[in-house]
Amino acid sequence: MTEGSQSCGGSCGCGSEAGKVDEGRRGFLAGAVATGATALAPGVTLFAYGTAEAEAAGADPKKRWGMLVDVSKCVDGCTGCVTACQTENGWKTTGKPATDPQWIRKVTLRDPKSGATRSAPVMCQHCAEPPCADVCPTGASFKRADGIVLVDRHRCIGCRYCMMACPYKARSFVHEALEDQKPHAPRGMGTVEGCTLCVHRVDKGVAPACVEACAKSGGAIMFGDIADPKSEISKVIATYATMQIRGDLGVDPGVRYRNL
Amino acid sequence: MANIVYTECQGGQRFWALLGALLMVVAIGAASALYMEHNGHIVTGMSNEIVWGLPHVFAVFLIVIASGVLNIASLGSVFGEMQYKPKARLSGVLAITFLVGGLAILVLDLGRPDRLTVAMTNYNFRSIFAWNVLLYSGFIAVVVAYLVVQMTRTWARYTPHVGLVAFLWRLTLTTGTGSIFGFLIARSPYASAVLAPLFIAMSLAYGLAVFILIRLALENSASRGLGDELLQRLMRLLVIFVGSVLYFSGVFHFTSIYTAWRVGWESYLLLDGGLYTLLFWGLYVILGTLVPIAMLYGRTGVTRQREIVGSVLVLIGGFAHIYVIIIGGQAYPLELFPGYEVTSSFNDGVVASYVPTLPELGLGLGGAGLALVLAMVAMRVFRLLPQGDGVSNADAS
Ligand code: SF4
Ligand code: SF4
Repeated sequence: MTEGSQSCGGSCGCGSEAGKVDEGRRGFLAGAVATGATALAPGVTLFAYGTAEAEAAGADPKKRWGMLVDVSKCVDGCTGCVTACQTENGWKTTGKPATDPQWIRKVTLRDPKSGATRSAPVMCQHCAEPPCADVCPTGASFKRADGIVLVDRHRCIGCRYCMMACPYKARSFVHEALEDQKPHAPRGMGTVEGCTLCVHRVDKGVAPACVEACAKSGGAIMFGDIADPKSEISKVIATYATMQIRGDLGVDPGVRYRNL
Repeated sequence: MANIVYTECQGGQRFWALLGALLMVVAIGAASALYMEHNGHIVTGMSNEIVWGLPHVFAVFLIVIASGVLNIASLGSVFGEMQYKPKARLSGVLAITFLVGGLAILVLDLGRPDRLTVAMTNYNFRSIFAWNVLLYSGFIAVVVAYLVVQMTRTWARYTPHVGLVAFLWRLTLTTGTGSIFGFLIARSPYASAVLAPLFIAMSLAYGLAVFILIRLALENSASRGLGDELLQRLMRLLVIFVGSVLYFSGVFHFTSIYTAWRVGWESYLLLDGGLYTLLFWGLYVILGTLVPIAMLYGRTGVTRQREIVGSVLVLIGGFAHIYVIIIGGQAYPLELFPGYEVTSSFNDGVVASYVPTLPELGLGLGGAGLALVLAMVAMRVFRLLPQGDGVSNADAS
């Protein structure tokens, strides 16, 4: 039941050291029962948000981490990034695509007019205006100062509203009990999860696992700080035409695609 | 008003038998919830594509009814329609119990229902969902206050004021429920402002249908006559409400047809959506709207049987309608790459399939059962029901 909540010491970067929410809960439970949720809400919010923000520590507000996928370099049929993500974050598929976790997937596109096909990885796009975080009732879905969008798995109640709101099918709900979890990527049945941009690696200055794996195949994924005009990724974005998936929705994804 | 005499429901064999049966349904609901919580949502038909399933259809249906059923009370105290006043107490109590039934389903369907306290102590005020939590708890508080002022002599004079607050709160609540879907920008089946008025119309129609059925049931069990004249009025009102649901549903789909990125969904739903198309036209439009309108419209001296069948059909149609909106809307694939044919390991570009399982049905029925059980208990404990039809002495006062 509570596997996700125990294994974590807060190293996942989700913004909650284990037990923080529970402390808040205990502190306010008595009051909540007495006063009723309505009257209490404003005070509680201040309390909870104060700590959550303090804990999104490590995130540098001057940065915005992002990726650029060069679709022309993405090898059709290659799933190196997907496998690397599974190994890194400890999720696996069981042959039931609709309920299996899908942190990252390969999508094949076919232009019906020309018949040309392309393939590209799709994962959480780490939107600048993430609808998942807007709709999340508890604030479990949130964006770090450096643009990485995460789920605080200790606070998620499993309502799945974020999944309704995400335009990219980027989130998965854990439908079954789990085993073999990675300490840096706590997961738990009944909560929602998705690509963390390998926040545990990024915070140590290492690129995400998919980027590293792809470098060995097509070298299609580039990672970096898109807020810094001098970064490699920003230079490419400034030079070539790139696009965001469903850029028309105005959520400003941090993942861009080139040669789509 | 002061002359109306209220009594408790006296119980009796039928009362206890029905209560027992409903308690069984509630027990099945509780068992289903436990089973789902223990095994995870893998035992349901829900998936990462159909994230909200049959339980949500039940929950939204009950919540919409809760708001609508309060309308009877509003007609009495806000719009000063004397005939409705004797029914205000029952209407208020039903509003609360149906809301509680719906919310119970929502909570028990959470991935982590044990974290309810987290939801109650962490509010994200940008979330319409969090606002709904406040709207729901506030609704219960306001309706309780409304009942208290109605039932105590000292505060009775505040009834119209509290009634007005309850009326406005209820409109906001239903707007909020509709907005849960209306704000989903990426999903072509939902992102529309028309969902809010559509939900309000649904609440009026389905709430009234439930009220009529419960009144008729009470009449049979405890021989409390509901003034025939009043019942005829309610039936006429039902026709108007059902018609307005159809109207707003029409506006909703018509405006979608003229919105380029939503055309795909509309032609899917209206023409080739298989089950969803069938539910929409067959159950909602024909059986749940046109047939009851034809049965009840412009008739005098409608028989009890016709009233019952008409109201039941309206509810069946309403349930199908909400099913189509919630499930059908999710089944239709999200469009990530407009203009391309897409395939992936995660069913991109494919209509998602959904087959609800028994625990989901159990949970949904359990919530509906809970609403009725609570209503019956309230009727037994509090003086909610006017003696006789309550109309004659109301007029006399
Ligand atoms: S892609 Fe989806 S899950 Fe990721 S930030 Fe955007 S809305 Fe949220
Ligand atoms: S499922 Fe969890 S993360 Fe998603 S909206 Fe609900 S509480 Fe927030």
